[in-house]
Amino acid sequence: MEKHLLSGNEAIARGAYEAGVKVCSAYPGTPSTEIFESLPQYGDALYCEWAPNEKVATEVAYGAAIGGVRSLCAMKHVGLNVAADPLFTAAYNGVNRGFVIVTADDPSMHSSQNEQDNRRYAKFAKVALIEPSDSQECIDFMKEAYRISERFDMPVLFRTTTRVSHSKSLVTFGEREEAEPFVYTRNVRKFNCAPANAYLNHPKVEKNLAALEEYGSSCPLNRVEMRGTEIGVITASIAYQYAKDVFPEDASFLKLGLTNPLPMQLIRDFASRVKTLYVIEELEGFMEEQIKAAGIDCIGKALISNQYELNPQRLRELLFGEKPETAALPVQAVSRPPTLCPGCPHRGFFYTMSKGKDFVIAGDIGCYTLGANPPLNALDTCICMGGGFSVAMGMSKAFEASGQQKKIFGVVGDSTFFHSGMTGAAEILYNKGRVIPVVLDNHITGMTGHQDNPGSGYTLQGEPAAAIRIEDVLRAFGYEKVLVVDPQDLAAMQGAVDEALAAEVPTAIIARRPCLLIKREKRPTGLCAVDTAKCIGCRKCLKVGCPAVMIREKKSYIDPTQCVGCTVCAQVCPVGAIGRKEG
Amino acid sequence: MKRTSAILVGVGGQGAILTAKVLVNGLMRAGYDVKMSEVHGMSQRGGSVSTQVHWGEKVYSPVVGEGAADLMLAFEQMEAVRYARFLKPGGVAVINEYALPSATVAAGLAEYPEGCLEAMRAAFRCYTLDAAKIALELGSPKCMNIVLFGAMTKALGLDEIDWEASIRETVPPKFVELNLAAYHAGRAAAKD
Repeated sequence: MEKHLLSGNEAIARGAYEAGVKVCSAYPGTPSTEIFESLPQYGDALYCEWAPNEKVATEVAYGAAIGGVRSLCAMKHVGLNVAADPLFTAAYNGVNRGFVIVTADDPSMHSSQNEQDNRRYAKFAKVALIEPSDSQECIDFMKEAYRISERFDMPVLFRTTTRVSHSKSLVTFGEREEAEPFVYTRNVRKFNCAPANAYLNHPKVEKNLAALEEYGSSCPLNRVEMRGTEIGVITASIAYQYAKDVFPEDASFLKLGLTNPLPMQLIRDFASRVKTLYVIEELEGFMEEQIKAAGIDCIGKALISNQYELNPQRLRELLFGEKPETAALPVQAVSRPPTLCPGCPHRGFFYTMSKGKDFVIAGDIGCYTLGANPPLNALDTCICMGGGFSVAMGMSKAFEASGQQKKIFGVVGDSTFFHSGMTGAAEILYNKGRVIPVVLDNHITGMTGHQDNPGSGYTLQGEPAAAIRIEDVLRAFGYEKVLVVDPQDLAAMQGAVDEALAAEVPTAIIARRPCLLIKREKRPTGLCAVDTAKCIGCRKCLKVGCPAVMIREKKSYIDPTQCVGCTVCAQVCPVGAIGRKEG
Repeated sequence: MKRTSAILVGVGGQGAILTAKVLVNGLMRAGYDVKMSEVHGMSQRGGSVSTQVHWGEKVYSPVVGEGAADLMLAFEQMEAVRYARFLKPGGVAVINEYALPSATVAAGLAEYPEGCLEAMRAAFRCYTLDAAKIALELGSPKCMNIVLFGAMTKALGLDEIDWEASIRETVPPKFVELNLAAYHAGRAAAKD
C-alpha cells in the first residue's frame, strides 16, 4: 500500500473525506487551522467553509447533521468556549447523521492564551470523546467517530493536541464510504430544546452514555498490548507515543482511543493483570481521577505535572528522576520574540498609539497582540476574541466611577470584528461608552496563516464572495463618524486619532491596509536606505519596532533582505536621512 | 535499527520546514518509518523556530526533549546556541555561520552574543559554513536552506539515499536546478 506523509490535521481532513462527510464549517485557530485548509482538495465530494466564529461553525455543522448528512466542525481549544452553547444542547438532542467536533488543544501554549484541557468538555457536556495519537489514527478514528455518533445518537468530540495536529507521520488511504441516505422529516420532540423536551432527553443521554461505556470495552479504538505483568500503563493521545519510548519493552499497555466515557470494565480487567499501574496523560488527571474514583490504585499526577506538554525525556525525568545529559555552553542566546513583520500595516497604528499620553488600549487576539512588545508598548490588555471593544467599555466605566482621566481605545482586527467584535461595538454605542473603537482591517485572518473572512471578499476555496464593509456595519449601528485611514500614513493616522478624540458624536476608526503577506495582492515593492551622511544617530527610527531597522556603527542601517519599503521609519526621521527607491 | 533524531532550528521564514520535507522525503524513499514535528502560528513572525525529524525501523514520539537529538541543523548561529541543550553531548551540529540580529538586538536592548560558533565547536562535532554567501554566489539568497541541507547530508552519512531525487520531488519545478546546485555546493563546503 502506498504510504503518504500527513500531518494529523491533514489526516483528519482525509478521515472526514473517507467517512463520507458532506458539510464542514470552521473558524481558523492554531493548531487546528490546516484541517480546513486541506478540505478544498476533495472538491465536490464535500462542502466546506470558514464561518465567522466557532459558535456559528458548530451550529452550521450541527444543522447539517440534523438535515441528514455527516458533518464536521473544527476549532482550537478556546474556540470550544465560544461554541459551548450549541455543544451542550446538541448533546441532549442527538443527531440524524454523524456530527464530529474537532478540538485542537495546545499544551505549552505555543500559540494560545491558556492550556485548558478540553477532555473536560466531553464529560461536562455528556458526549463521546475520541483521541488519536498519530496521523493514521486521525484517519481511522474519524471514520469510527461517525459510526459512534450515529449509533449512540450524540455529537463526538474529537480531541487532538498540537503534537498530534502538527506532527507528520506515515499513513495509508482508504476508500470513501457513503453514509446511508437520510430523508429529513420534522422531529420537534428531538430537536426543539424546549424544557419539556429537554426534560425527557436527559435520561436518554445517560442511557446512551452507559451503552457507549459498555461498547468501549470491545471497540476497536481501545486496545490492550499485553506483555509482562510487572508494569501496566493506561494512556491515550500523544502521551501514548511518549510512554512507548520511556517504559521498558515488557511493560503492558492499555491504549485508549475512546476516553469518554472511560471503559471502566476494561480498565478494571487490565489493572487486575499487572502489579504496578501507571496512568500517563498530558495536562489534567482526567483519566486518573475517574480510575481512582472507581477504586483502582494507580500512579500518575503525583509524579507527572499537569502543566506544559510532555516529551519522552521530560516524562522519564518526572517518573524515574533520570535527568537528561546536556552540554553546558559558555554563551547564551538572547531572546528572539516574534515581531510585527517589516511592512506590517499595524505598525503605523501602534507607533501612533505609543506617543499618546493617558492612552489605555484594550487589545484582542491576532498579530496585533505584538503591539504590546517593546519598543511600541502600546497595548494594555488582551483577553479573548472580540474582547477588545467590550473590555475597553468596562475599563471606561471603571475610570468614570473612580474619577481617572484616561483616553480609551478598543482594538480588534477585521476577522475578530466579524467573530465577536460587532457585539462590543453595539455595546459601546448602546450604553454610551467613552471608548473609541478601532478596527485594524488588514483584509485577512493573519496570525493563523492567512484565512479569508466575511470582509475579505473570498471563500475558503478562494472563490469571490460578498465582502461585508466594516464601515457600513458601524454606520448602520449608529456611529456618526467612521474615519477610514491608511495606518502607514503616519500623519493621516495621527489626524484620525486626534479627530476621534475631539469628536462630540459616536466615532470609530478603521485603520485599513492589506497584510503584506496576502499572496493575491499585487503591490509595488521598494526598499528604504539610510543616507549615513545625513543620519545623526538619534535612534528615532528604532522606535517603530521594525526588524529591518538597526544600528550599525552609531548610524541607522536598514537590512535590505528584510525591508519592503513601507517608509514608516522614513516618516519618523527628523532629518530626512531615509529614502525609498522602487524595485 | 535504532531511532535517529534531528532538530532543525532557525528564524521564522528561513525555510526550515521545506528543508525538513526534503530530508523526510529521502528517508521515506529509503523505507524508514519517519515522524516530523513542527510548530506554527505565533512563532512564525520572525521568532525562533524549530522542527524535529525522527527516523528508524519504528518511531513512536514525534518530539524529543533535552539531550536527545543526534544531529542539529542550525540556520543561524545564535539559534544553534539556543537549542544546544536538545543535542546529545558529542552530537553533530551543522551550523550556518550567518548571524541575524533579533528584534531585541536591532532595537539596542540586548547584545548579540560573541563566540557562538566557538562554543558549539567545543561541545559538539561541528560542520560550519557560510551558507548565505554560497547562496548569493549561486544567484539567490533563497536557496540558503538547501545549501545547508547539502552540508547536513554529508554529516548524516546516509549515502545510499538519493537526496537529489528528494530535492527534485519536493521543491517547485522552476527552482530544481538552483537547489541541486545549492545541494552540491553545501556538500562541498561542509568543513568538519
